[in-house]
Amino acid sequence: MDYFLKLLLSGTAKGSIYALIALGYTMVYGIIKLINFAHGEIYMIGAFVALLVGGTLQSAGVNPAVILVVSTLAAVFFAAAYGLTMEKIAYKPLRTAPRLSVLISAIGMSMFLQNLVLLSQTEKYLSFPSFLPEFLFLKPIRGYINSTQFIILIITSIVMVLLTLLIKFTLIGKAMRATSQDREMAQLVGININSVITVTFIIGSATAAIGGILICSYMGQINYYIGFIAGIKAFVAAVLGGIGSIPGAVLGSFVLGWTESLGTGYISSDYEDSFAFIILILILTVKPSGILGRKENQKV
Amino acid sequence: MEKIMEIDNLSMVFGGLKAIDNVNMSINSGAITALIGPNGAGKTTLFNCITGVYKPTSGSVSIKKPGQKESEKISGLKPHIINRKGLARTFQNIRLFSNMSVLENVMVGRHHKLKANIMGALLRDRKTREEEEKVVNDSYEILKKINLHKFVNEMARNLPYGAQRRLEIARALSTDPFLLLLDEPAAGMNPLETRELEDTINRLRSEEKITILLIEHDMSLVMNISEHIYVVDYGKMIAEGSPDEVKRNPDVIKAYLGE
Amino acid sequence: MEDFNWKEYLKDSFISMLWFSLLLFPMLVMKITVKGGMADVTYRWGYLVVIPVSAFILSALWKYFRERQQGGDKADKRGEIAALFRRTFIENRTVKKVSIISAILIMAFYPVFSGMYNTNVMISALIYIMLGLGLNIVLGLGGMLHLGHAAFFAVGAYTYGLFFKYAGQFFVDAGISTGWMFWIALPAGGIMAAVFGVLLSLPVLRLRGDYLAIVTLAFGEIMRMVLQNWGNVTGGATGISLIPRPWLFGINVTPRLAAVYIYYIVFAFVIISIITVSRLENSRIGRAWEAMREDEIACQSMGIDLVRNKLTAFILGSVWAGVAGVLFASQTTYINPDSFTIWESILILCIVVLGGTGSISGVILGALIIKLLPEYMRAFAQYRLLVFGLALVLMMIFRPGGIIKKVRKIYRFPLDEENDAAAEGQN
Repeated sequence: MDYFLKLLLSGTAKGSIYALIALGYTMVYGIIKLINFAHGEIYMIGAFVALLVGGTLQSAGVNPAVILVVSTLAAVFFAAAYGLTMEKIAYKPLRTAPRLSVLISAIGMSMFLQNLVLLSQTEKYLSFPSFLPEFLFLKPIRGYINSTQFIILIITSIVMVLLTLLIKFTLIGKAMRATSQDREMAQLVGININSVITVTFIIGSATAAIGGILICSYMGQINYYIGFIAGIKAFVAAVLGGIGSIPGAVLGSFVLGWTESLGTGYISSDYEDSFAFIILILILTVKPSGILGRKENQKV
Repeated sequence: MEKIMEIDNLSMVFGGLKAIDNVNMSINSGAITALIGPNGAGKTTLFNCITGVYKPTSGSVSIKKPGQKESEKISGLKPHIINRKGLARTFQNIRLFSNMSVLENVMVGRHHKLKANIMGALLRDRKTREEEEKVVNDSYEILKKINLHKFVNEMARNLPYGAQRRLEIARALSTDPFLLLLDEPAAGMNPLETRELEDTINRLRSEEKITILLIEHDMSLVMNISEHIYVVDYGKMIAEGSPDEVKRNPDVIKAYLGE
Repeated sequence: MEDFNWKEYLKDSFISMLWFSLLLFPMLVMKITVKGGMADVTYRWGYLVVIPVSAFILSALWKYFRERQQGGDKADKRGEIAALFRRTFIENRTVKKVSIISAILIMAFYPVFSGMYNTNVMISALIYIMLGLGLNIVLGLGGMLHLGHAAFFAVGAYTYGLFFKYAGQFFVDAGISTGWMFWIALPAGGIMAAVFGVLLSLPVLRLRGDYLAIVTLAFGEIMRMVLQNWGNVTGGATGISLIPRPWLFGINVTPRLAAVYIYYIVFAFVIISIITVSRLENSRIGRAWEAMREDEIACQSMGIDLVRNKLTAFILGSVWAGVAGVLFASQTTYINPDSFTIWESILILCIVVLGGTGSISGVILGALIIKLLPEYMRAFAQYRLLVFGLALVLMMIFRPGGIIKKVRKIYRFPLDEENDAAAEGQN
């Protein structure tokens, strides 16, 4: 039972990180119906920026709390900037192009960004210094949950709540919901689609960057390739929950996190990454609309 | 009169919206039947349920081909299966294969009548070549019937609007249907083209012995050619009868003009 | 060029100069190394000159090409010149014939006048032409974005590899040359790929295009993981080595001669692939594929079975990849999972998309560029994925049809004089 509880908790931590990345996928998909293949790269870049800025400050001997705040802000800013630029270059010119063209463009962008980091930084795994504080009060239950996992859960919950409030109650949130339901109609009632899309990319990229820092602190290492695998997994989570649905993305992420954690714990850790893919194939063949997604009806 | 299609208590629900609500309908062999109603009444949805594009939520559609004794249920089948049973349709918002030539559009309609398989395609044996030659000639004959043969080698997207609508009919004809479903065939046509269309539809019925069900907004066309008219509004069948009966029906007048 | 708005150009370029300098600063100027838990950052200030200058120029070019793409009349003139060029050089029958014949001649005698290294390089390029043509059936003709093509390549290669690993000893004991195994593996590899193709495609062909792409990608990754982790059967990460070369009349050939021999086998397969794809395109089934890509709903309503047609395209593409896999294993005599990663699938996708989706000559050109350029321009090799990635984006924006656009042969009805006259009269 102990073992099971432990796996469940680490699955929850993992799932909440997937959720941070899956949100970006699901929001972008909801609005422009694009699987943003390069979303994982944004999260990787966010983590790299945190490492670069954090590293600089660390060698200058700055207070750890300051390092944490400044590097997080830098990561969020740069991830958002990359997301925004990527949208302007690779997706905006293809607004009226067939879906597959945009998808191919996204694949190209993913290749480009991955190799940009590979060539300009390194191909090796780097150890990611822990910027996150240790909580002494967690000592008695350290066997189940450590400080990093605890912080992950707290931060993820905060981000989720903020995002829900933003989408439910702000003007831009309303515009986003309207655009995802019917882009043409939204345009007719005076919503500026382009700015809605821009904001969506900024929010999605920023949450991904937070996810990036958390997952790298959790794993303790970083590499140019992490974005790809985590990106695919987060996509699986989004599809599992029903792509386009925000609560769906969160639910799907937890389900995926638990499956992976229990699967590696009870079956074999060699196939850790394949659980996500198997779930993906199963869900798409059985219920393509996902757990909370709505069925799309083709207009004739 | 022999009934060749029967729709029984058909309903189609999208989300919470009943797009079609317990519709009953029957089509007589050799008749021209019209389906009318205000915009958004559910006419095209009904077509989609009949042709298999949508799976109806409840109720059934069954057909009895001319000369056959038993009727068979077709609702819930895939569109291509329903087409192969002898139901062909056109689309309200023209869905031609626009980058293919007029001839090719019709040839696609004859696809499932052909037998050439992959080996035939690779080896190009005599049988395959003869079959291809035959399909080209057959397709040309079909175009002649609809008076489109002068456009035979044009790209479909380059045709004038009225001709595109007629090509939709030709393409549907090429699948050898006994029942043809026309979704607003006269939309966007000028009076002259509409007259021509009227002739074509009459000819299809008298010469080709094809039964026709059409959705149309052009009331003079509807009243001129159809023997029987069904009226739908908000997914419900509100009236049926001969053109004269329908014209006098107070419910129909209310639906069209409001109260 | 009378209304050339240079002020706006300057302003835009200046903004992107600042923006990209900021954006790329952490990635290009800073470089991280981590030693003993301490991060160390070094700076490459040289980039602070390179980035603004290139951003300035590239931004101006971007703006120019985007405007040209959107603006109509100027493009028309250029279009006319391009059309004239096309008519005289590309669509001209004699030119076409001469170039095809000379290309075949050059390729036919290629191993004679080039060394072993070049022959081997060309063999892998030819194998990639096959892979590209296979994916072209799925993507260019069937209209399905398939991101797991390398998995079927692996199925072929491993069919041969495992066949050798487990049945090789039997052949040796029976006194039969192991070179024969290639000729058995060749059809077997194709069949195995077809079997896997059916297994994967039956459940997923109903999916929408973008979902299909992700599922095929997932399939490719699962395949690679199985090959990697099922060590006692597949040889794990080390793979299978010493796979025999094809049999050649029992002659114990030198590696040089073996390369030449394999070259001609692969060359023959490429020719077969080209003929197959072009014949399929202009057949009943090719017509159905074309219609299916244009409008699935109309296609179904005309009695065409979509699932069946997609399945045919998918399986044919898989078979091609499987056969290419057997050829690959016999050329390298050594296989491991690294040759069949997702990036291999994406590279094959680049071949098709950059060369020209659906266009046979485009795919051939694409394969030659993507395989030969990094091979002969070593300096370029490490940047290839960066460049190809960017090329995919730019190609989708500026030239979605690829370098050589597909030109479809259109069925024409042979109108005779009388019909022509009648048509005239009616006009």
